[in-house]
Amino acid sequence: MNAVTIPDFHQTIPIDKVGVEERMARLNKRSIKKESKLQGLKLALSMIDLTTLEGKDSEGKIIQLCNKARTPYTPMPDLPTVAAVCVYPNLVDAAKKALRGTTIKVASVAAAFPSGMARLKDKLEDTRYAIDQGADEIDMVISRGEFLKGNYSYIFDEIAAIKEACGEVHLKVILETGELETYENVRKASDIAMYAGADFIKTSTGKIQPAATQPVTMIMLEAIRDFYRNTGQMVGMKPAGGIRKAKEALQYLVLVKETLGAAWLTPQWFRIGASSLTNDLLMQIVKQETGVYQSINYFSND
Amino acid sequence: MSEQTQEKSTDESANGSPKPTSPNADLKLDFASFWEYSEAPESSDHVEITERYDHFINGDFVKPAKGRYMKSVNPATEEVFTEFAEGTSEDVDSAVRAARRAYEKKWSRLSGKERGKYLFRLARMIQERSRELAITESMDGGKPIRESRDVDVPLAAAHFFYYAGWADKLNYAFPGRTPEPVGVCGQIIPWNFPLLMLAWKIAPALATGNTVVLKPAETTPVTALKFAEICLDAGLPDGVVNIITGAGLTGAEIVNHPDVDKIAFTGSTEVGKIIQRSLAGSEKKYTLELGGKGPNIVFEDAPIDQAVEGIVNAIFFNQGHVCCAGSRLLVQEGVAGRLITKLKERMETLIVGNPLDKNTDIGAINSKSQYDRINNYLEIGVNEGAEIYQSSNTIPEKGFFCRPTLFTGVSQSNRIVQEEIFGPVLTIQTFRTPDEAVEKANNTPYGLASGIWTDKGSKIFKIGRQVRSGVIWSNTFNKFDPTSPFGGYKESGIGSEGGLHGLHPYVKLK
Repeated sequence: MNAVTIPDFHQTIPIDKVGVEERMARLNKRSIKKESKLQGLKLALSMIDLTTLEGKDSEGKIIQLCNKARTPYTPMPDLPTVAAVCVYPNLVDAAKKALRGTTIKVASVAAAFPSGMARLKDKLEDTRYAIDQGADEIDMVISRGEFLKGNYSYIFDEIAAIKEACGEVHLKVILETGELETYENVRKASDIAMYAGADFIKTSTGKIQPAATQPVTMIMLEAIRDFYRNTGQMVGMKPAGGIRKAKEALQYLVLVKETLGAAWLTPQWFRIGASSLTNDLLMQIVKQETGVYQSINYFSND
Repeated sequence: MSEQTQEKSTDESANGSPKPTSPNADLKLDFASFWEYSEAPESSDHVEITERYDHFINGDFVKPAKGRYMKSVNPATEEVFTEFAEGTSEDVDSAVRAARRAYEKKWSRLSGKERGKYLFRLARMIQERSRELAITESMDGGKPIRESRDVDVPLAAAHFFYYAGWADKLNYAFPGRTPEPVGVCGQIIPWNFPLLMLAWKIAPALATGNTVVLKPAETTPVTALKFAEICLDAGLPDGVVNIITGAGLTGAEIVNHPDVDKIAFTGSTEVGKIIQRSLAGSEKKYTLELGGKGPNIVFEDAPIDQAVEGIVNAIFFNQGHVCCAGSRLLVQEGVAGRLITKLKERMETLIVGNPLDKNTDIGAINSKSQYDRINNYLEIGVNEGAEIYQSSNTIPEKGFFCRPTLFTGVSQSNRIVQEEIFGPVLTIQTFRTPDEAVEKANNTPYGLASGIWTDKGSKIFKIGRQVRSGVIWSNTFNKFDPTSPFGGYKESGIGSEGGLHGLHPYVKLK
């Protein structure tokens, strides 16, 4: 209905680094206690994209991971399941089968993950293969080299082409913010991805340090907020990599709540790409429910 | 439906042709409907507040000569917090005599190194009791614990540390001159940053070898009296610090006492003028830190999201009870619409409520009289034809609370633009050219603090030179540091506090 004008990506939106980090520090002072803590922990659990992206992954490993996704903690069967499992394309089929009968999505990385150093033709091929295997969601990487060259239309067209290949399948665009280095670049890459058709924007592959950071997530959420105001369309957000502690997860939720509001506080619009975070959330949930900490040995390590 | 959409996306402009507006101007973010933060109050159980506080004179807590007491109210509950002595001329006189004795017999004869040791000890003891002091500050004055804990108390300790460092290095502060102390200093401080203002006053005075008689404000006397306990515990010689409580009349007794050598006052311009008048012709030195109506200038090339945060810090910090608050927002026309939308959105996430709750952003207005004053200005603004906007957050029924407030459609001639409101009330004006911004910024009797927001470094320096105010922040606001001097132009005051400059008012140079 509304004609959307695509901005000129060669214009840089100014961002003040000091201001961003101060705002983040202030948000991190929110004190999440009692009911809101338990609610937040369960919410975070339901937003996890349980991830394994290793060269040594096998079907057996995926089946284990999917069982953890279904039943995070056996003594508490009423806990929410995670949102999705995230795997390489050749293991999508195994994950799909293992998750049959649940609403847990299978996300597949694609498009020459994690470097993105391939021809578009091959990236499209990779994406279609993952979708054929049954992936519900595609996590693609952008070509950071082209981005840093200033070849923004290349990035835009590549994302648009992969989105086209995805059709109805959800597309998450990984910016690999650790390689973009400046907040201005993160903002620019976010804008390119959203205008090119991303359903989600995602910080990192997990293969590059730093992976997700809170200030970077804030920049991306603010980009989503401006995109929403300009186009009326919601876009999701996924910080991934390096989020290991329940406390950090709650801080991310506070960041979402106070930047974008309640509408984004659902697994439909916010995900956390992580693996070891799950057990820390579970430990904290058990602590909240029972009043005592359990040993880590009581939580399955998959 | 389509007609409605049509209506939404166009707007009649002055020349009759449809003016495009944002198609999504009515999109609202919802910050409240889900995942509300549970209460997270700081426990005040371990904080001892006695029912009644006396003066602190000559190292002892002394009952007031006339036996009269006043009440301090917790503005968040409207309940009496404690009682404190009302100082009269007799009390002030005995305090000044004690200070004179301590000055002549002891303090001015100590070496700088020894004075420094005492100051370092006071600084450390403020840190040790920081939690208690922060909670007391929040209960007595209504400021959010997040601020008293993270700003007031740490900065107060930092001031003592900083001036402790100068105590034995004064010869280096004034090369080629010999600095000598002034004598007995009468110091009168306001209610917006009680302990911090105490530190601003006492630390440099003691470091340079002076003794003090200090009067805290009548709505927030308790942290000063807790500081008196710290002086006792630190073994500070008797009479070096004396604290007399009371209201304006007590302050006048200090100002007019013949044996006081220097007056340091922080407070309203109105009272500052009275003090200046009564000191005319006397030999007393004085410094005055008075009011402000700080312009916060946002250029269209500014980092907008961070500017919004800076505007919030500039005007809603400490309920706007800040003399250097950025209470006049001047925003370049090109970004005004976008910035105001974002600012309103941000205001929705500000939590107004119990000052002791760790999530509270805006606490209680310091007193009933200030609360009435702010409400009166809100009425004046509306009557002047300005458009008022207040956030929709809930506020407690009891206590003096005020929602964060914006006024748009204001002009330079409005009272709400000219007069200091000292509350969470921001006026927004737009400008087109840098010259216009500077002109509006300077068109005020005050000149304490300003903000400049732009991505362009050269513009910061150019505009910064043209704006007449004592402090100019660029791409930030309300940043304080003991090493940095603070003072105002025009009716915002005389003299500087903080930094090397802050030593000058407390020394005579030979």
